[in-house]
Amino acid sequence: MPNTFVKIASVTVGAGGASTMSFTSIPSTYTDLLVKFSARSSQTGTDNSQANLTFNSSSSGYSDRLLYGRGSSASSASSATSYITWAGIVPAANATANTFSNSEIYVPNYAGSTNKSLSSDNVEENNSATDNFLTLLAGLWSNTSAITTLTLTCNGGNFVQYSTATLYGIKNS
Amino acid sequence: MASTYTPIATTTLGSAAATITLSSIPSTYTDLVMVFRGNNDAGANRAGYIRFNSDSGTNYSYTLLQGDGSSAGSGRDSNIAQSFFANVLGADTVAITQIMNYANTTTNKTFLSRGNSASTVTQAIVGLWRSTSAINSITLSLNASNYASGTNVTLYGVKSA
Repeated sequence: MPNTFVKIASVTVGAGGASTMSFTSIPSTYTDLLVKFSARSSQTGTDNSQANLTFNSSSSGYSDRLLYGRGSSASSASSATSYITWAGIVPAANATANTFSNSEIYVPNYAGSTNKSLSSDNVEENNSATDNFLTLLAGLWSNTSAITTLTLTCNGGNFVQYSTATLYGIKNS
Repeated sequence: MASTYTPIATTTLGSAAATITLSSIPSTYTDLVMVFRGNNDAGANRAGYIRFNSDSGTNYSYTLLQGDGSSAGSGRDSNIAQSFFANVLGADTVAITQIMNYANTTTNKTFLSRGNSASTVTQAIVGLWRSTSAINSITLSLNASNYASGTNVTLYGVKSA
């Protein structure tokens, strides 16, 4: 029986950090993509930093709808016609040492000729009264191109050493 | 390497349909994952429903958490004839539904669903079907509309070993 849940590539950030974690030359032979990543930012002066996602190095056409909780109440936000979409909250320099976020992003029909929707779940637990996040996101890249490149970036600072991301391909046959 | 994530069935609607049914689900997996990508033909926000084994008794309940871009909320319903699994509006609707331990014959069945439409809402739903029967079919329907042509549903079986 063929394996239909396949690791395409994996990235681990080395000493010195990295501004991005990228997957290029993504083959079009799967049905869906799944990205799992664990990350932390070097951004100083804050507990949290935002990780962002772009496809094919495109800087337009993103929108999203976000639901998040920080330990006391739940809130919702949205953005439209953005140059990025949200990939999650990651701990930054002031967060508990050695603590990383965990995130999962599912992209169905990534190689099709329709706009690209995604589902993203993200958690950051920081043993803090205020700076913890659980986020759920619906995202859309209004572009009919097949996704061949996927890039995660930090809104501030770099991804620190030991941040990791793995890209999986899922086939429906 | 043995495959532990296996496509069981996939269907793409060639024309609008009131229901989508995935039948003859084998009991050989541990969990099920359903990936829904589609739209309705009403051009308005519609509730997507899920029913197991064609059971139309009032054996379902659910609780949801959702955000519409400006506010967050939670809701639920009990003793209903089918469960909610996602709002469906716009071609960007994606729902990923995980049904745990679906083939056992001693416990009721619980599922987790993540409904997503970047233009309307993001949701997390927990649903319960109060039946100890193994799940052998899944039927999706909509409130007062049809699933639009092009709607795609794939069901995967996940093995723990």
